[in-house]
Amino acid sequence: MTEINDNLAKLPLDSWHRSRGGRMVPFAGYEMPVQFEGIMAEHLWVREHAGLFDVSHMGQLLFHGPDIDRALETLLPGDLLALNDGRLRYSMLLAEDGGIIDDLMATRRGEHFYLVVNGATKHGDIEQFEKRLPRTIVMDHMREQALLALQGPEAVVVLDTVVPGVSELSFMQAGLFHWNGRPLWISRSGYTGEDGFEISVAGRDVETLADALTADERVKPIGLGARDSLRLEAGLPLYGHDLDGTTTPIMAGLNFAIGKRRRAEGGFAGSLRIMAELDNGSALKRVGLMVEGRQPVREGALILDAEGSEIGRITSGGHSPSLGRPIAMGYVASDRAETGTVLTIEQRGKLFQATVAPMPFVPHRYHRKQGATA
Amino acid sequence: MSLYFTKDHEWIRVDGDVATVGISNHAQEALGDIVFAEVPDAGKSLSKGDDAAVVESVKAASDVYAPVGGEVIEGNSALADDPSLINRDPEGEGWFFKLRLANTNELDGLMDEAAYREWVKTL
Repeated sequence: MTEINDNLAKLPLDSWHRSRGGRMVPFAGYEMPVQFEGIMAEHLWVREHAGLFDVSHMGQLLFHGPDIDRALETLLPGDLLALNDGRLRYSMLLAEDGGIIDDLMATRRGEHFYLVVNGATKHGDIEQFEKRLPRTIVMDHMREQALLALQGPEAVVVLDTVVPGVSELSFMQAGLFHWNGRPLWISRSGYTGEDGFEISVAGRDVETLADALTADERVKPIGLGARDSLRLEAGLPLYGHDLDGTTTPIMAGLNFAIGKRRRAEGGFAGSLRIMAELDNGSALKRVGLMVEGRQPVREGALILDAEGSEIGRITSGGHSPSLGRPIAMGYVASDRAETGTVLTIEQRGKLFQATVAPMPFVPHRYHRKQGATA
Repeated sequence: MSLYFTKDHEWIRVDGDVATVGISNHAQEALGDIVFAEVPDAGKSLSKGDDAAVVESVKAASDVYAPVGGEVIEGNSALADDPSLINRDPEGEGWFFKLRLANTNELDGLMDEAAYREWVKTL
């Protein structure tokens, strides 16, 4: 069993998780609940009802200053100039060689930009922003803010009861709401493939809000384990596993996150390499894999071609509770990345057969309004 | 018939020179939802400490070691189709394999049930 290290930080909801039977494990420098009643049950609950995730370990950064959108565009490949107020976009913090330092959500919030970055990488990201943005840009790490995600098909009904009006948001839209006189910054977004919301709330208020949300019997607390299996089914990459400093947005198949204007103009970190990869393709590509049999293949397993030569590696893999079978993600040589390609995987001396499959493995069910774009 | 436990959370039920091996209720709880189990085939010879079986939960893969040596008489074929048997009845229907004990002295030093249940409380 894992010993909990004394150096780990505690989330604002730490005792709330424990009192609900959360099994705490070290993650991203925090003690976090990996599961409550069980990963499988929690996973399926989110696909059918609504699950509450504590993602307060993630970094919430608020930027302002002259031409903040242009300043961020030097490091992020997304079209931020075209991003309307109260809209968010999936993007990446890029290194000068085009490698991904982190993936993130960026929201235009009046005069500010609000970024949510991964917990394990937030301190490194902050250093990057401090070093690489002009001195006229001010960055506030909102340490006092907690972050909750309410995800699943019933999330909208539940949250609209507690915070009337949130049902008006469409996917990738956000706004300021009030609940018992307390401000909540709520976006219609998430990382499960389901409709849902992410709620930035003051740490001192998060327990009362979590109580109010879980008072509804359609909501259960969900741990990191199900968060991982849900995002894997949704085909969403996890930083540190499916993305890292050696992967570019094109290798990762995240071309959609590079704005059309940005492709034409360039001018972002790594743009020469990334634009060349857009034109000519990258050597490796991230693919989804349906694995034969029942045994999951995990991160680190080798992907082989018909001759037994290594052509890539598994970066995430596990049992899909919704499909009842093992699924995986990995990188392969681009000429083997086509849907339907049969590949061999080697794990601990054992061979598995897998077929390249389109992602998501389980269809997304985001709430997009007609005519609205993300 | 006597029941023994190891510090790796395996149980061994001994009847004559036949030992049935599985993982304890504590082990299945710690693993969580089990999605795959691979047990040894009849005829396989195992020494104490050998990798004998594999069990995978949604989270991770774990090896099950042979707590005692001997020749495998039977692997539990029911686990291939329904690995969640291990979660539902870990110390009964969810057994992993049976072997013919090579050396009953290897049972010495294993915990009996009362000692194991007490020890688990201290973890």
